[in-house]
Order: sequence, then C-alpha cells, then structure tokens
Amino acid sequence: MSSLAASDERSVAAKPTTIQPAWVRTTHWINAVATIIMIMSGWQIYNASPLFAFKFSKSITLGDWLGGALLWHFAAMWLLMVNGLVYLAVGIATGRFRKKLLPISAGGVFTDLRAALTGKLSHADLTTYNFVQRLLYAGIIVVGVLIVLSGLSIWKPVQLQWLAAAFGGYEVARYVHFICMAAIVAFLVVHIALALLVPKSLRAMITGR
Amino acid sequence: MGRIRSLLIPGVDKQLLVRDAARIMPDLARRRFIAGGASLGALTLLTGCDVSDSFSAEQMLKKVSKFNDGVQAFIFNPNALAPTFPESAITKPFPFNGYYDLEDAPTIDGKDWKFEVRGLVDNKKSWTLDELYKLPQVKQVTRHICVEGWSAIGSWTGTPLRDFLKLVGADTRARYCWFQCADVEGYNSPLDMASALHPQTQMTFRFGDEILPRAYGYPMKIRVPTKLGFKNPKYVISMEVTNDYKGGYWEDQGYNSFSGS
Repeated sequence: MSSLAASDERSVAAKPTTIQPAWVRTTHWINAVATIIMIMSGWQIYNASPLFAFKFSKSITLGDWLGGALLWHFAAMWLLMVNGLVYLAVGIATGRFRKKLLPISAGGVFTDLRAALTGKLSHADLTTYNFVQRLLYAGIIVVGVLIVLSGLSIWKPVQLQWLAAAFGGYEVARYVHFICMAAIVAFLVVHIALALLVPKSLRAMITGR
Repeated sequence: MGRIRSLLIPGVDKQLLVRDAARIMPDLARRRFIAGGASLGALTLLTGCDVSDSFSAEQMLKKVSKFNDGVQAFIFNPNALAPTFPESAITKPFPFNGYYDLEDAPTIDGKDWKFEVRGLVDNKKSWTLDELYKLPQVKQVTRHICVEGWSAIGSWTGTPLRDFLKLVGADTRARYCWFQCADVEGYNSPLDMASALHPQTQMTFRFGDEILPRAYGYPMKIRVPTKLGFKNPKYVISMEVTNDYKGGYWEDQGYNSFSGS
C-alpha cells in the first residue's frame, strides 16, 4: 500500500504544470459563492426562530427579512447542490479524492499538526496534501453532504420523512444543520487564513499552477 | 415599488429616503414595505457593487421561487402522509401565532358566521356552523411547522376537505382552492388542488378535545399538515375553487407559494 501511494505521488509530481485542474478551480469558486450566500441567508433565517440565546447581527446577514432570506437560501441551494454533485462525481470518477485525500492516519495527522504549529511544515510541494489537509478536506466534504441532507430534511419533513427520521426527526435535523454550518464557518476561518499565509496555494486555485 | 419610485424627488438619494421612510413606519407596515423591494445590503457590502441595480436580483429570485413551486408540486406525493404522534406528544401550551397579537384576533359569533363557497362548484350555498358540524369528522395529531423554523405538535379534528369538495361538487381539476379569512387585513391563501385533496387536509373545528379556540382560528381553520403553518389559514370565511392564481397575504410578500413540507 505504501509503495503504491509513493508511486502515485511520483506520477502526480511528474506533471508539475497543473496543481489544481480546471474542474477543481471552477467548482471551488462556484462553491465559495454558493456557500457564502447559504451561510449569510441562513443566519437571517435562524434569526426568525433562534435555536440558541443569540441572533446574528443584521449587518452580516443576507435577505433583510425572513422572506428575502428564504428566497436567497432556496435559490443558492440549487447552485450548491448541482455544483457539489458535479464535484463529488468528478472527484470520485477521476480518482482524485482517493489519490489526494487518502490514506489518512492518526499518526500522520499528529506529526503534521505538530510540524505546522511549530512552523516546520513544508509547503514546497503543493501537489501532495499533508495529513492535516487531508483530514480537513475529507472532513469538510462529509460535513457538506450532511448539511445538504439535514437541510433537505428541514425543507421536506413529510415528502422526505425517512431522511428526517434518519436525523432523529425535524427538530434534531435543525440542530444538525446549524452545527454543520458552524463547522463550515470554523473550517473557512482556518482555510482562508492558511491560503493567505501560503499565497501560492491561493494562486494555484486561481491559475491552476 | 414602481409607484413609490415615481414619487421620488430628483436629487434625493432614493435609498436613504426609502430607509428613512421604512424606519418611521410601524413594525408591521415596515415588514411589508421592505418585502416589496429587494434588500441586498449585505451582498452589496460583500461584492462592493449594488447588484439590485446591475441586474434585478429580486426578479431572478422570484423566478427561482416559481421554479421551486414547480419542483415541489412535482415531488409532492398525494399518498405520503404527514407523520402522526401520540396524544402525549402534543405541545402544551400550543403557541398562538399570527401577524397580529392575540387581542387583535377576530372575535367571531358562531351563530352569525357563514362559510361561503364560490367558483367552480355545483352547489354554491353558504354553510352555517351547525351544518358543518354535522359532517363526519376525523382527528389528527400532527406536527405544525412554521416558516420561521419552530414546530409544535397539535391535535386537530374536522372534516377532510376532499370529502367537502366532493359534497359541493367542486371541479377538482381546477388548480386552486383559495381561502379568505376574517382577520383585520383580510388574510388569504391559495392551496393547490393536489394538496387540497390530500387525505390529511382538513376543515378543522376542534383543537384537542374542545371547540377550536379563538387563538387557533375559531370557528374554522384549514389544517394542511403537508404545508408550512402560514398555508393553514384561520378564521376562514370563504373558499373559491378557481384556476386563477389569486395570491396570498404572505405569498405576495415573498414567501414561497407552494411551501410544502
């Protein structure tokens, strides 16, 4: 398995021209727009009936009132879902997820996390993800799937009642949806901070190289 | 909004004027007022450009909402029943909800009240409460889900609407049952025929084991457990069976018209 992984890395490294292929860049930026619209309109929807003892400041929400926010949310969901499905389908079909995100080992994550926090993690080769990246990128894909499924449960608790039941019912699905949002926001904070710390990774996501 | 724009004085900042006007309005009027125009403040901040001027985001969002009506009608399964619950699961107290406070809810005298039936029906007679009470009734304990996100489980008893539609000889190929209500602003809401014919859609006369209280829509509400709460009109005074889309109180302000669960 380790020799297989090593040969995979070599074959990717042999084509240094493209770090992020066009389909990754396209789906990444469409996802970025859709996600920001979903989060900001979602905060406004949350404000109509908060789950916790706080509301989101109106200055960071989208839609101005519940009705407007729902229009944004139920429009951007198509962008998010269609783009997400294309991303998942191509990622699986091309083997990119398997090559880039697997394997993930606890030891590898621990070693790379310590190296990152002590400033010793190398960013020389952007074609290979370190174990922390693998964990975060694989994890956020899972969260992305969960937030869509819990969202569908809240939207269609009768037509998709089997799905809502899988989450433990309508009310639980609301909490799952919220927690997934919080996880995505936490991911975004780290993700954007690191992209700015290693600007060539941002450049690769724009130009591909 | 078009009417408002034509009244504006040249040289005066339209947006500021609209904001100021909205601020001095009472809360309810403000909500309806703001709903009439696209408010894209946050997106403007985000992108640095005013999207509402460069292309009409509001028009685009309305089109997608119409598309979503179609998608929801397509996936609506007329045989899928809303989950039911044991009586022990009933939310107590069941919340009162409306665009008005409880003290402003209609006070209706059941003896004077009549349910008017219009449009594509054979028998257009109006029904008294006593006549309606004689129709066979069924009970349901289902979850009421508000467009705001909260939900509550209630117990509703009444006549399946599809039985009543059959009784009055309604043309069930028509597109909508349009309901009108007795409250101060004249609430109304269209119900697509497929949902109107759903076995759990009910003309409700009782909540729990008592006559429908004023808070929940005395003397009659339309209970539609496959729709969000605002599609469950209270204090209903008339129904029109029609092929025309006549709009609704919240639907006109931007809530998705189908709003199925």
